[in-house]
Amino acid sequence: MSAGPASTEPAAPPSWRLVVTLAAAGLLSGLAIVSAYELTLPRITANKAERLRQAVFEVLPGAKELTPLLWDGQHLAPAGKEEPAVYEAADSTGAFVGYAVPGEGAGFQDNIKLIYGYKPGEKKIVGMQVLESRETPGLGDRILKDKHFLGQFRDLSVEPSIMLVKGKGENRASNEVDAITGATISSTAVVKILNTTNATWFNRLLEPGDASGEGGS
Amino acid sequence: MQEPGQAYAEFVKGLWKENPVFVAVLGMCPTLAVTNSAVNALAMSAATFFVLVGSSFLISLLRNVIPRQVRISSYIIVIATFVTVADFTLEALAPDVHRELGAFIALIVVNCIILGRQEAFASKNRLLPSLADAAGMGLGFGLALFALGSLREILGNGSFFGISLFGPHFEPWVIMILPPGGFLMLGALLLVFGVVKQKRLEASRERERKAA
Repeated sequence: MSAGPASTEPAAPPSWRLVVTLAAAGLLSGLAIVSAYELTLPRITANKAERLRQAVFEVLPGAKELTPLLWDGQHLAPAGKEEPAVYEAADSTGAFVGYAVPGEGAGFQDNIKLIYGYKPGEKKIVGMQVLESRETPGLGDRILKDKHFLGQFRDLSVEPSIMLVKGKGENRASNEVDAITGATISSTAVVKILNTTNATWFNRLLEPGDASGEGGS
Repeated sequence: MQEPGQAYAEFVKGLWKENPVFVAVLGMCPTLAVTNSAVNALAMSAATFFVLVGSSFLISLLRNVIPRQVRISSYIIVIATFVTVADFTLEALAPDVHRELGAFIALIVVNCIILGRQEAFASKNRLLPSLADAAGMGLGFGLALFALGSLREILGNGSFFGISLFGPHFEPWVIMILPPGGFLMLGALLLVFGVVKQKRLEASRERERKAA
């Protein structure tokens, strides 16, 4: 009788042991993951915020101060803790510079998220940066880095709408953008996102004091 | 006893003789997917190395505690934990690299090299050899990825670690950094490995024949 349990015990441990092992493993794993999450979260949030700030300063030359804003149906209102829709930028003296407007839309593989700087007085885009994209490395992802392509968004009229052209070089009109060779789909996607986002915001973004209903000056 | 000597042998075998990529042809998903630049290949190797050594360490320590019936589930829990920690760490310390690697960091969980080493080695061996085995395999995987990543970046983008090598007149062989380039380059490297192995085998047979 005593030999029976002793010989089977190593082969088949009681089921409570299996349950306890997995429960303990799950518990410890959960603890480890939560601690790693808590430890890295501040750094990750700071990284994201920093990236957005960098992008805003990049697309709005001269900007120093940012005010996050929301559209409440009629007016632009300061965004409290909610996700802001646009950012109003002022220079170091507090004078209005322009708006930074985030936009999103379908790219070649995944959604492209970008942000552009807009000056309502001149109705012009003054800069554009891609924040997130999964475009093909080496081809489509040149919308992130290609200096010539990005340079075209430094002085781009949004009226009547932005047009994508091919190989026009310096002869293009003020509302035309030259596509990147080999990245036509990604270039088209960027222009399309700009046009859709601009259609939403064109009548909402005005110079401050232009009956925009915004507090302050 | 012979522990240090055995540990050394376990470490070295992963680099060449039992290289996980070139000989065992394991872990093909990251090998093909994230080797379009030297930096991405290095980051992927470092993350995999960390997960592999960490998991082997724990599994080897706990090899007598984990019941056989639930061993695979336990291994996966251990591996997934290390992967999640690596994922967060990379996102905090190197956000650009993390964005490039995307979902492939999370997919280290299902890298068969890692689960394979736990099942085949760490669960049956003492701590020191297990660590040596994991480090060797991790490094061997890293060497393979780095070779692929550097070659593909140099040919497909004309740069190495983002530094342009050939000046503005170089016409990059773009297909090398696209998915087909991964297959082409891996095939070429496997061919080189095969030829070298074959030559060595023939040379040793020749020596035996002469000795006999």
